[in-house]
Amino acid sequence: MTGLVVTGIGVVAPTGVGVEAHWSSLVRGEPAIRPIVGFDPAQYGVSLAGQVTGFVPTDHVDPRLMVQTDRWTWMSLAAATLAAQDAGYTAPEDAYATSVFLAAGSGGNEFSQHEIQGLWAKGPKSVGAYQSIAWFYAASTGQISIRDGYKGPSGVVVSEGAGGLDSIGWARRVVRRGTPAVLVGGTEAGVTPYALLCQATSGRLSTATAPEDAYKPFDRRASGHVVGEGGAILLVEEPGAARARGVERVWGEVAGHGATHDAHHHADAAPDARQYARAIQLSLADAGITPDDVDLVLADGAGVPELDALELEALQRVFGGRADPVPVTAPSSWTGRLMAGGSALNVATGLLAMRDGIVPGTAYLDDPVDAPGLDLVQHSRAQQVETVVVLARGFGGFNSSLVLRRPTEERTS
Amino acid sequence: MSTARRVVITGIGVVAPGSMGREGFWEMITAGRTATRRITFFDPSRFRSQVAAEVDFDGRKQGLTAHEVFRNDRFVQMAVVAADEAVADSGLALGSGALEAPDPDRVGVVLGSAVGATMRLENEYVAVSDAGTHWLVDPQYASRFLHHALVPSCGATELAVRFGAHGPATVVSTGCTSGIDAVGYGSQLIEDGDADVVLAGASDAPISPISMACFDTIRATTGNNDDPAHAARPFDARRDGFVMGEGSAVLVLEELEHARRRGADVYCEVSGYANRCNAHHMTGLRPDGVEMAEAIRLALDQGRIDADEVGYVNAHGSGTKQNDRHETAAVKLSLGPTAQQVSMSSIKSMIGHSLGAIGSIEIAATALAVQRGVVPPTANYEVPDPECDLDYVPNTAREQKVDVALSVGSGFGGFQSAIVLAHPTRRTP
Repeated sequence: MTGLVVTGIGVVAPTGVGVEAHWSSLVRGEPAIRPIVGFDPAQYGVSLAGQVTGFVPTDHVDPRLMVQTDRWTWMSLAAATLAAQDAGYTAPEDAYATSVFLAAGSGGNEFSQHEIQGLWAKGPKSVGAYQSIAWFYAASTGQISIRDGYKGPSGVVVSEGAGGLDSIGWARRVVRRGTPAVLVGGTEAGVTPYALLCQATSGRLSTATAPEDAYKPFDRRASGHVVGEGGAILLVEEPGAARARGVERVWGEVAGHGATHDAHHHADAAPDARQYARAIQLSLADAGITPDDVDLVLADGAGVPELDALELEALQRVFGGRADPVPVTAPSSWTGRLMAGGSALNVATGLLAMRDGIVPGTAYLDDPVDAPGLDLVQHSRAQQVETVVVLARGFGGFNSSLVLRRPTEERTS
Repeated sequence: MSTARRVVITGIGVVAPGSMGREGFWEMITAGRTATRRITFFDPSRFRSQVAAEVDFDGRKQGLTAHEVFRNDRFVQMAVVAADEAVADSGLALGSGALEAPDPDRVGVVLGSAVGATMRLENEYVAVSDAGTHWLVDPQYASRFLHHALVPSCGATELAVRFGAHGPATVVSTGCTSGIDAVGYGSQLIEDGDADVVLAGASDAPISPISMACFDTIRATTGNNDDPAHAARPFDARRDGFVMGEGSAVLVLEELEHARRRGADVYCEVSGYANRCNAHHMTGLRPDGVEMAEAIRLALDQGRIDADEVGYVNAHGSGTKQNDRHETAAVKLSLGPTAQQVSMSSIKSMIGHSLGAIGSIEIAATALAVQRGVVPPTANYEVPDPECDLDYVPNTAREQKVDVALSVGSGFGGFQSAIVLAHPTRRTP
């Protein structure tokens, strides 16, 4: 496999803007799921979401660009800048040496709703010049490449919630073929009336009105999930190229990736978790490690009882033979599920756990389900973390698993 | 690199305007017939551009169940029909559980789409907003399958489930290069050893009021409403924008040895693929074509193919002023003197521009051209443009043995993609 190193992280999430704001919020255990603001969601049977309340777009995006783009792209533009700053990365002289390869889930929701509203209420002439470039799934990737002058092989993948991890898997193919630096991950902005209604039809959203009742992965009272917005963009680099430009701090290595599809049903997960387990096994084999080497699993944590049970079954299939139970936490419980942005944010969280030796707990995990052989993490704890597995599933049966490791030269075990 | 895994095309399925299936499509484009017409899906009279290349498509008549039609947007339905034809054509017993079927864990899906379920999202919006009256849309009027529509990845799921493909699956959405990129990524899955067989293709169904309106305002689409059959005029001096289209093509990509072992018929090899960005403008193109030329050069390099081996360029040829000039420059820059001899044509002149889908439909056309030794023409080409001075195969198909062909694409966001197809008997230098 091609080793990649993560050299920069940019976070725009319900937990905060910037990687440290996000992390301190998680470590302190401050839930970011709150009553929805911006519109009255009462009729959708959903009242809570993880919204990015601390984000001031004009601090990050040129106003001329703001009018051409959706909130989703504002957050992507901001996160891409934060990632590049964190990495000390400036566009190299060879414009082809940097790629933008992001995941998208649902496109420019609010912008598009506004334009379709105008079209049907007033007619075709009310549709503005920017609808054609603001709504489509490639908008954020295209805008970042243009703003920052990156001409490398760029892409956009959509595999719903699994997209954030898959974009990193695809970035490895880009690097293998000679491009040394790739921006990966993604953001999402679907807490808008029409997009929320669309998401509600999945039947997986919690109707609870109190945050402590709403999104409780692996809890006996789990009743669905809460949606959120935001995500993370990361800069990944070929290790030699990162060294050559004098990178001082490497967050971690992307050591392995595996992706499978249930191919079972257009909406429901396969009842045997075989393909989910296989994705994890593929990622471990790709990284050249065994289940015993894994210090922490960041779970998908669907919060839907049947899906939680399948995830635990997949984990038991892979890690069940260990002498010590593997710690499993679900950080999405603090932010809500951010679709493609959520799995990218969890990669950031895994790298932070590795840096500080702290494992964040799972929000509102008061009464965990039985999970023999697994250690469901209820509360933040100090723990040495060298190797992390990040998991994600996408609606319809996408399974994705990513292995992160402390860089070889720094590894203690 | 003796260990390099090579990728071949062993199945092709097409849903295109004006015809039925792969053979109907091939007959139509080699006859130079156009499928562009006045829009019938809705009353276009309030729109600037009133022309499109529509598919006379009925999912039920193409073998889909009522449930499949009910839950899936048109773009997914067309992808499923194209995939059915491609898989049947390949002779692979995918999803059958038969002994000779490929290992399902080694079968992947990469589906391109620029705008996903835009038609369904708009139609449903009309219902839940009462035709744009309410911003707080009314859930009483919502379909149960709106989440499927919101996330275009449901298209990849539908194919994975249908063919029991447990390998990597994704939707690629890089605007108008999605269809080339999907085939490129699918090839990479095989090259990198992550799959032996990949269903790769693209689908789009954008002939809806919101899509027509958004291209109206930036004048990207044709205003030639008086003569719909001749409205798409790539490379012609009178071209005035693209004609919206729809459709799908799905290819069966297969690792060469896997195909050989089962004695499969091979259309061609996927010898190289590259994409680059212009980092210039979301919709504008610089006339020099530098980034597209770079993608073409890299794709040829990957296949270790010299520019002078290229016999056919399947052009993006959208029929906008800037695109056709940009692309002509890119081909000259990348192929050098060969550009003056190469046959280059745009099938968008006949079937319109189906956004993300067209890249895969054009790869299907290119693969058939390589296999059959016939180059499809550029229809409606009458008045030469001094800025577009290559051989665009005007109006009549050309019998020509093609060992190596290029298919290229350019899209909003600045994406530029190129893919190289080679005849199975081409001698590797």
